[in-house]
Amino acid sequence: MRKLMLRSACLLSATALVTTTALANDKLVEMQENASDWVMQTGNYANWRWSELDQINKDNVGELQVAWTMSTGVLRGHEGGPLVIGDMMYFTTPFPNNVFAVDLSDEHIIKWKYEPQQDPNVIGVMCCDTVNRGVTFAPGEGDRPDIILLQQADTTVVALNAETGEVVWEAVNGDPAKGETATMAPIVVKDKVMVGISGGEYGVQGHLTAYDLNTGEQAWRAYSTGPDDQILFDPENTTHLGEPVGADSSIKTWEGDQWQLGGGTTWGWFSYDPELDLIYYGSGNPGTWNPSQRPGDNRWSMTIFARNPDDGMAKWVYQMTPHDEWDYDGVNEMILADLEIDGQTRKTLVHPDRNGFSYTLDRETGELLVAEKFDPAVNWATEVVMDPSSDQHGRPQVVEEFSTAANGEDVNTTGICPAALGTKDQQPSAFSPKTKLFYIPTNHVCMDYEPFRVSYTAGQPYVGATLSMYPAPDSHGGMGNFIAWDAAVGEIKWSLPERFSVWSGALATAGDVVFYGTLEGYLKAVDAETGDELYRFKTPSGIIGNVTTYEHGDKQYVAVFSGVGGWAGIGLAAGLTDPTAGLGAVGGYASLKNYTDLGGQLTVFALPDRVTSGQ
Amino acid sequence: MLLKQTMLTAALALALCGPAVAQSTGPGDPEAVDEDDGRYYDADGLPTFNIAEDGTVDFPTYSGFRRYHAECHVCHGPDGLGSTYAPSLVQSVRQKSYETFVEVVVNGREHVDSGNRNVMPAFGTNPNVMCYLDDIYTYLRARAQGDLPRGRPANTEPKSDTFSDMENACMG
Repeated sequence: MRKLMLRSACLLSATALVTTTALANDKLVEMQENASDWVMQTGNYANWRWSELDQINKDNVGELQVAWTMSTGVLRGHEGGPLVIGDMMYFTTPFPNNVFAVDLSDEHIIKWKYEPQQDPNVIGVMCCDTVNRGVTFAPGEGDRPDIILLQQADTTVVALNAETGEVVWEAVNGDPAKGETATMAPIVVKDKVMVGISGGEYGVQGHLTAYDLNTGEQAWRAYSTGPDDQILFDPENTTHLGEPVGADSSIKTWEGDQWQLGGGTTWGWFSYDPELDLIYYGSGNPGTWNPSQRPGDNRWSMTIFARNPDDGMAKWVYQMTPHDEWDYDGVNEMILADLEIDGQTRKTLVHPDRNGFSYTLDRETGELLVAEKFDPAVNWATEVVMDPSSDQHGRPQVVEEFSTAANGEDVNTTGICPAALGTKDQQPSAFSPKTKLFYIPTNHVCMDYEPFRVSYTAGQPYVGATLSMYPAPDSHGGMGNFIAWDAAVGEIKWSLPERFSVWSGALATAGDVVFYGTLEGYLKAVDAETGDELYRFKTPSGIIGNVTTYEHGDKQYVAVFSGVGGWAGIGLAAGLTDPTAGLGAVGGYASLKNYTDLGGQLTVFALPDRVTSGQ
Repeated sequence: MLLKQTMLTAALALALCGPAVAQSTGPGDPEAVDEDDGRYYDADGLPTFNIAEDGTVDFPTYSGFRRYHAECHVCHGPDGLGSTYAPSLVQSVRQKSYETFVEVVVNGREHVDSGNRNVMPAFGTNPNVMCYLDDIYTYLRARAQGDLPRGRPANTEPKSDTFSDMENACMG
């Protein structure tokens, strides 16, 4: 680790640290309540992607116009989005992960630009495009200035002075030579920044790591698989569905030392409840995609974790997909909302998972409250058992016909819904505290999946399955839906069919409008109650970024990246085929490449003055 | 193990000696003129596909379909057609020689400048690729020739004992 920070930060007394900790935490909580700013990628600690701004509302959003645009200089998949703090906007690009600081009060000039030097070989070990889901802001404290945190593709975590762009400290979080890379947006909690790791297709041992905000020194690391001291579990006090997990809860679900190649990467969205003082995140697929090569439940891959941010100890966990057979990573957003369930207000965590079930849990205890399919096409499991007295409690009931493990190696299992892309991937949902609905961007894609024998070589893909994907059969023919979800009961309120997977993060606002982007490149605005489309604008390239809003100079803006790519761009560019249509009839479905091409642009929208001045 | 090493050495030798003489010309007529235990070769002795009139595909080409979709498609898209991230290999195989194909897969390739950020990783140490290199080649050659439609081949010749022996020796 390279430390460029003043030593004085390390010399603070223990008492002073406690005080500082509390203050830094409070400051970020306070800042996220200021609707003018957009201080974290997920909108707030609870991952709501919600804004109180209502200048743009359902009655006038149809008059939205492009206010200004900016090229990022990189033609690759642009996930994530910008942050706005006061007069400044901050964002990062896909590899080479340039960071821009743009002055909103001065002609959008680039106040500083940080260009990391990375070995381009890392590009070759990123499974699904060189995406990066954004930078993270940490308010200054004592000697520490306001900082912008970036986890580069090569896993270097860098803290930049928000004022000048100078490097404050750097830390190396992983080793690309082993296939460890980074795509996720860090989260700042109290005096630490927490970062995850990518590389689920390379047999890495996934982990979550906390670094000291002042120095960049590693505070703790919690692996997803391995012995208790590596996964930071207390056999007596860490619980799974209310029961203590017991000793060696991970390693006894793997054969031999396979947990070392156990995957469980942590590349999704993290949330934090300051009151309960717990962070929440999920882990990805176990080891190879060939389930026959890794018998057992493969804990704790495909798991929701609740951990103490100070020491990393796990309070509770819940494994959604034991012994994964379909690549249903559990990394999607963990939305914290208080919902009325059976007449009682519960502190819940809502997680629409890749496996097609949306889970509602008690976020204090990990009790499973709701687990329902959020796409009717989902067929790999009939249900998740909700009866606590059953030995199957919490387990999905796998349909044998769609079990790639039951059918075995070298057998092509057909008609599995959802595809490995999941009913949704990382593209984050939005929650409206007004409607109490969750707005979820989804995929409507199914697959054939054939696992086969694979050998492990460090730094090389460790997949061992071939799959073909196609739009969900007997449906509307499109590959996506944008849905409104009632997580208290587990029901779809409305569903908008989309031609392609919806790979853009949603935004809900107090103006009763919900925004999302599409792979063709449309920014769309819909009515939060009914789903009626109110506005669309075609941006220069497909949208896989997340919609953001902020206020500057008494005007509300909506900003989004264009730049097609990511797994969606790789899978859908050439179009999907329909194997059920028979030989010679393939290729009938829409090719994304007929709608859009590479790009890298920020488009910012606002209402014209004549509309806002009339208010 | 011995077979595996022989194979890797041969591939590496090709990689080091081949590309200087073989640039930017695709392979010749893919018609199979020779067969060795289920594996087919063209008039130049290069691995090629064989698709019977009823659509039955030779086993190595089918194996190439499987390995392509495990190792290559996460960048190069389904059915060799390219993606937003990496070029179409159906195109590349038409334009490049067999030796160039082997060289690029073994050693990787980097094209990084102000406008391009393309990096093909080196697969020379990866048995999941190297043990099936000719399979992947014949699969892409069949796709490039237009003789093999998108998707999974419907009918396949049986796996030969020689293929199984080679596979077991190579995968270790």
